[in-house]
Amino acid sequence: MQHTLSVLVENKPGVLTRVASLFARRGFNIDSLAVGETEDPTLSRMTIVVAADENAIEQITKQLHKLINVIKIQDLDPKDMIDRELVLYKVNAAPDRRHEVIEIANVFRAKIVDVGKNSLTIEATGTGDKLAAMEDLLRAYGIKELARTGRIALARGSRDA
Amino acid sequence: MKVTGAQAIVKSLEAEGVEVVFGYPGGVVLPLFDALYQAPSINTVLTRHEQGATHAADAYARVTGKVGVVIVTSGPGAANTVTGIANAYMDSVPLVVITGQVATHVLGTDAFQETDITGITIPITKHNYLVDNAEDIPGIMAEAFHIAGTGRPGPVLIDLPVDISRGELVFKYPERVNLPGYKPTVKGHAKQIKEAATLISHARKPLLYVGGGVLSSNAAKELKELAELMQLPVVTTLMGKGAFPEDHHLFVGMPGMHGGKFTNYAITETDLLFGIGVRFDDRVTGKLATFATKAKIVHADIDPAEIGKNRSVDLPIVGDAKAVLAGVIEELRKMNAQPRTDSWMRVIDDWRTRFPFHYHTSETAIMPQHVVERVRELTKGRPTVYCTEVGQNQMWACQYLKIREPRTWASSGGLGTMGFGLPAAIGAQLGRPDHLVVNIAGDGSIQMNSQELATASINKLPVKVVILNNGYLGMVRQWQELFYEHRYSSSTLPQDCPDFVKLAEAYGAFGIRVTKLDELDDALVAAFAHDGPAVVDVRVEREENVYPMVAPGGSIDEMLGGIPGGPVSEMLDEELLEEVWE
Repeated sequence: MQHTLSVLVENKPGVLTRVASLFARRGFNIDSLAVGETEDPTLSRMTIVVAADENAIEQITKQLHKLINVIKIQDLDPKDMIDRELVLYKVNAAPDRRHEVIEIANVFRAKIVDVGKNSLTIEATGTGDKLAAMEDLLRAYGIKELARTGRIALARGSRDA
Repeated sequence: MKVTGAQAIVKSLEAEGVEVVFGYPGGVVLPLFDALYQAPSINTVLTRHEQGATHAADAYARVTGKVGVVIVTSGPGAANTVTGIANAYMDSVPLVVITGQVATHVLGTDAFQETDITGITIPITKHNYLVDNAEDIPGIMAEAFHIAGTGRPGPVLIDLPVDISRGELVFKYPERVNLPGYKPTVKGHAKQIKEAATLISHARKPLLYVGGGVLSSNAAKELKELAELMQLPVVTTLMGKGAFPEDHHLFVGMPGMHGGKFTNYAITETDLLFGIGVRFDDRVTGKLATFATKAKIVHADIDPAEIGKNRSVDLPIVGDAKAVLAGVIEELRKMNAQPRTDSWMRVIDDWRTRFPFHYHTSETAIMPQHVVERVRELTKGRPTVYCTEVGQNQMWACQYLKIREPRTWASSGGLGTMGFGLPAAIGAQLGRPDHLVVNIAGDGSIQMNSQELATASINKLPVKVVILNNGYLGMVRQWQELFYEHRYSSSTLPQDCPDFVKLAEAYGAFGIRVTKLDELDDALVAAFAHDGPAVVDVRVEREENVYPMVAPGGSIDEMLGGIPGGPVSEMLDEELLEEVWE
């Protein structure tokens, strides 16, 4: 099962290496990982998406907790989190087919951020499902290049104390 | 008044009460060695190799309970500590390792003797630091000692660039450290502790399974109190040796691959396995699917990640062994619980009588087990720390010595590091100057750090090395005999190369060779009485195996060798059972 771990860490050099190294040596696979500073500049939040069964996720969480620079870990409940990912697609789009691609982008509330002679670059945000559906449609035109940020997520406000 | 970074390190060591550091100098760590030169309260012990320094500090920590300290240079010096750090990490030994580093302005340029030692040691340290500002030194040192010595202890490395050690700061040592991400749970959950006490009071066949955590938390007194209060049999792992007196009637040996048959039977038959400061290591459990399947499992450990890692548990308790044991005792007293293990102890005693450790004695050949027994008898009544190398020598030491006191045993458990024993003996001798220190060695293992005989000699450390010289990498040969059809690939060592007596003498130590059985006692007595380091080269029976033995991946109650006995289901004396369960 896929888990979204929201990990609050000290914003210090080497912390990403420690986390990545832990996953590698304990044999856990990271599906995606996104890092950035939080509202408190001494802290960063890592959103780590990992496919693991219950035993494995318990081990991952416990081992992460042992890292001195890790302050807090939440295994976000999929029903109770807001998650987003940003993707840039550079899609083949000759002038005569451009409008079709633009239409798809519109349906998914994505933005055209660059236009080339034979391509369009689309910026899309959303959940994994939505982006997968869109990618599926765009694939028919030929995706030349694709870059994604990895999932970021927060627990819903109703969960706050 | 300002001090240099190097002076700040030394002042921090003084603030931590450090009396001994083990090390080896080199280019970029010279400012620090210069500061040590001017610090009369710290004994800087120069080893002959950085691995030796790290193992010596490791054993010093094991026998004293203090944090061991190592100071070495960058590059090869730092890299040479890696095995020692990994060893300490696996066995949860508190170390602070300070490595010199090239100057900050050339870091990352592949400068002379540069190596990324913080990167290298991430997986084998509890934490590590690269200091980039001299002013951070007191804070980092305080954190390092705190992290190394508290919770589940472990090694911490501090990488100190040479320009930082020459930098200046106003020295003020912090009174406390504040690490938001490091708050070990010491006190066990009250409800869980109460539940554990209830389980103990109800169990018919309980067993305490004790590991290094009990020694780390100095809980031997509490362990003995609990065991005696409820008459609970105790098994100790290799790391737990000394946590419970091995001559006590409730002591039931060491479990696992080369443990006692009676011990493994007890684990297989128990209805309540209470693990304290253990980690259900594969050398203990053998095949997990058949390990202690009749038992409810209670697992107390200060490291939550160990609980449920290898074996699912019925009752987890996160906490320090000392606090947990004291809590359980208190609960048992409150409920006025009475011991009910009389029958169970009779079953265990029956196994103990029928399946003791056993070897074939000889009129002429010197059996290695006999040598260990003679060491045991000849050191009886004399405060002794026993160290071991790794391999057959270590397993025979486990089987035939009697460790009675906490922190008088130093053996490389988790990592199984050949070459550990001699430097460990040196560290142990410095930590316990009044004790006799004996290293049970093999002819293979001793050669991995034999250069440390110089350290022992020069520092007048009277460690005794008893080499069970069989001319093989004995444990490797044993596996090749059993599982590789006697193909002794790369495991034969000439018994007389090196000449260990000459080697000892070359280093200014006392050396003596034993080739006949009737020379053994005299040689051991002479070595133990000698006022300096000594090496006893005992030419033992060459192809003796360590038995009994659980085949790799096998169930622990199905052991090869030793006194014949099948799985525990066949070993229960029905009559005795009926009688005891009535």
